[in-house]
Amino acid sequence: MNQYENAVETKGITKKFGNFTAVDAVDFYIEKGEIFGLLGPNGAGKTTLMRMLCAIMQPSSGSANVMGWDIHKNPENIKRNIGYMSQRFALYNDLTAKENINFYADIYKVPVEKRKKRIEKLIRIAGLTGFEKVQAKNLSGAWRQRLALACAIAHHPPMLFLDEATAGVDPVSRREFWDLIYQMADEGVSVLATTHYMDEAEYCNKVGLILDGKLISIASPDTLKDGLEGNLAAIECDNPIEAEDILDRFEGVLDASIHGVLVHALLKAKNMKENVLKALSSAGIQVKRFEFIQPSLEDVFINTVEKQRKLTHKVFTKGVD
Amino acid sequence: MENPILNIKNLSKQYQSRKELFAIRDFNLTIEPGVLYGLIGPDGAGKSTTLRILGTVIEPSSGEVWVNGYNVCDDPEKIRPHIGYMPQLFSLYPDLSVVENLDFFANINQVKKEQKKSRIEKMLTFTNLKDFRYRRARNLSGGMKKKLVLACSLIHNPRILILDEPSTGVDPVSRRELWRMLAEVVNQGVTVLVSTPYMDEADRCKEVAILYDGSVIAQGPPPELKASLPFDMIEVKSKPRKASYTALEKQEYVLDWRPVGDRIRLSVEKGKTREVLKSLRASITQQEAKIRVLRKTAPQMEDVFTFKVKELRDRNEPV
Repeated sequence: MNQYENAVETKGITKKFGNFTAVDAVDFYIEKGEIFGLLGPNGAGKTTLMRMLCAIMQPSSGSANVMGWDIHKNPENIKRNIGYMSQRFALYNDLTAKENINFYADIYKVPVEKRKKRIEKLIRIAGLTGFEKVQAKNLSGAWRQRLALACAIAHHPPMLFLDEATAGVDPVSRREFWDLIYQMADEGVSVLATTHYMDEAEYCNKVGLILDGKLISIASPDTLKDGLEGNLAAIECDNPIEAEDILDRFEGVLDASIHGVLVHALLKAKNMKENVLKALSSAGIQVKRFEFIQPSLEDVFINTVEKQRKLTHKVFTKGVD
Repeated sequence: MENPILNIKNLSKQYQSRKELFAIRDFNLTIEPGVLYGLIGPDGAGKSTTLRILGTVIEPSSGEVWVNGYNVCDDPEKIRPHIGYMPQLFSLYPDLSVVENLDFFANINQVKKEQKKSRIEKMLTFTNLKDFRYRRARNLSGGMKKKLVLACSLIHNPRILILDEPSTGVDPVSRRELWRMLAEVVNQGVTVLVSTPYMDEADRCKEVAILYDGSVIAQGPPPELKASLPFDMIEVKSKPRKASYTALEKQEYVLDWRPVGDRIRLSVEKGKTREVLKSLRASITQQEAKIRVLRKTAPQMEDVFTFKVKELRDRNEPV
C-alpha cells in the first residue's frame, strides 16, 4: 500500500464538456479517516468531480492524488483500491445476498483463502445475517442498499466514494447506514459522500459547498452554522406569504423565506424582535409564535447559494433548477 | 368550528397479496379546511396507502372516509373534482410539452372550456414554468418535472391537494421552493395533505399525524407535540467521540440516547438537566477528551417520533 497523509488532494482540477465547465479549478483535500461531504444543487458538478477522483473520467486540466496515486499516472491503482457506491448501485437480482458479495469479492480479487472470513464479516456488518440466501430482488430498499454497501467494500477499500448512496431511503435506515460508515471511518477509511439530505451532511467531519462547478466553502458543519450571519427566527402567523413580503423589505432583515406555515427571518440583531412583531401586527398579521432557532445546514446552504448567485450577477429567481 | 373537509373513521387496509398484514389499521383523522397537514413516518408506515384511498385510487378494507361531505366508497365520482392527487411516481407524458400536459390534465379533470386557458396560464405563472411552456416534459430537470406534476394536479382548482412524498429525492433549493408553493396553495384556501419521511418537514405543517407500522402514534400541532415530551434534551459532542459514549454508560437520569450526525442527543429526566450536564462535563474531561458541544437543546420532531415508537414498543412488549 502507498504511504499517504491525505486521502485526496486536488490542484485546480477542471472538467469541461464543450463550452460548459462542469468542475471549475477545484482545490481541496480529504484527510485520512475523514468523512467529507459534498453538497450542492443538481448540476453543480458533484458527480463529475467524484468520477474524476475515482479515475473513471479524465480532467480537462489540473491534477489530483487519491491515496497518494496520481489520477493521470496510476488510475488502475486507484480503481482497485476504492469502494464506489452510487444511487443506482448494481446488484444481481437473481443472485442471493451472499452470492452478490462473493461476486464482488471475486472481481476485486480478494484472495480465496481470506474470502470466506471476509464475506462472513461483511454479512455481519451489513446486518444481513439470516438473509444470506435471499435473492437480491426479494430484499426491500434499505436491505438492498446495505447489501450494495457490503459489495462496494468487499475488498476492504481504504477509500470510499458514496454518490447519493442513500437517495430514496427513509431516515431511520439512513441513520443505520451512517452508523456503518462511522465504524469504517473509525478504522481509518476515508469517505467522500454527496447527498441531498442535510441531516446526512451533519455526519460529515467537513462539508464542501459546490455551486456552478466551484467549491465555494469548506468547513465543519458546526463552523458553517456558526458562520451564518444574523439570528434566525421562526415565525408562525396567519399569512406567511404577506409576512415574508413585509420581512423581505424590513431594514435589518437579511433574508426571509417561507417554509410551509412558517416564515424564517434572519435578523441582524435579536433586539429587532419587538419592531418586527409591531410591523407585522400593524399590517394585520396575527403572529401565533415567534422563536429564535438554530440554523440548519439547509439554511446555511441556501443562504450561501443566494449570496453567491448575487455575487456572480446572476439573478436568483426563486427556484432556479 | 367549521365542518371538517376530511374525516377518516377507523380506516383499515389489507392488500390481497398479504392479507395477514395491515397496511393501515384503525386510522382516525380529521382535517379542517385550509390547513397544511402533514403525514409523517418512515417507509412502510402506511402513508401512501392512506393517500391512495383518499385519492380514490384504491378502496379501504373497512372504515369510512368522508371528503367534503361525500363518502369515498359510495360517491367517488363526486369527490374526484374536489381532489388534486400527486402520487409519488407520477408519469407525465414525456413526449408532450409542458402546455400539452396541462391541457391533457385539464381535459380529463373536466375543466370548462372557457376557463381552461386562464387556468393553464395561472399554473404556468405559479410554478415559474412560463419560459418552458413548449419544452417536452422529458427534457425538464427533475425539479421542473415535480413542478409540472404539481401544476397538473392543481389545474382543476381542487379544494384538497394530496401529495405523496413530493420532496423525496429533491435537492435543497427545489425543496425550499416546493414548501413555498404549498404555503401559497394554502393561502388560496386549499387544504393540503402532504406526506414525508423527513421529520424536519413536520415543523412546516400546521398539524401532523405521525404514522408508524400502519397506526397513528401521535397527532397535533408540532409545537404542542414537542412540548408534551416528558423529558429534556441534551446534546453532546466530544473529540474523540468514544469519550461521550463512555461517559454515558454510567450516567444517571438518562432515559434514552441516539447518535445524530457527529453528536449524541440524550433525553434526561426533567429537573435533572443541570446535574447531568455537570457530570458529563467532568467525565469527558477526566478522559482527557475535548468537549465540542454540551448543552441543553430544544426537542425536535424526531425526538417525538423516537419517544412515541419506544412507548409503543414498551406497551406491546411488557417486561
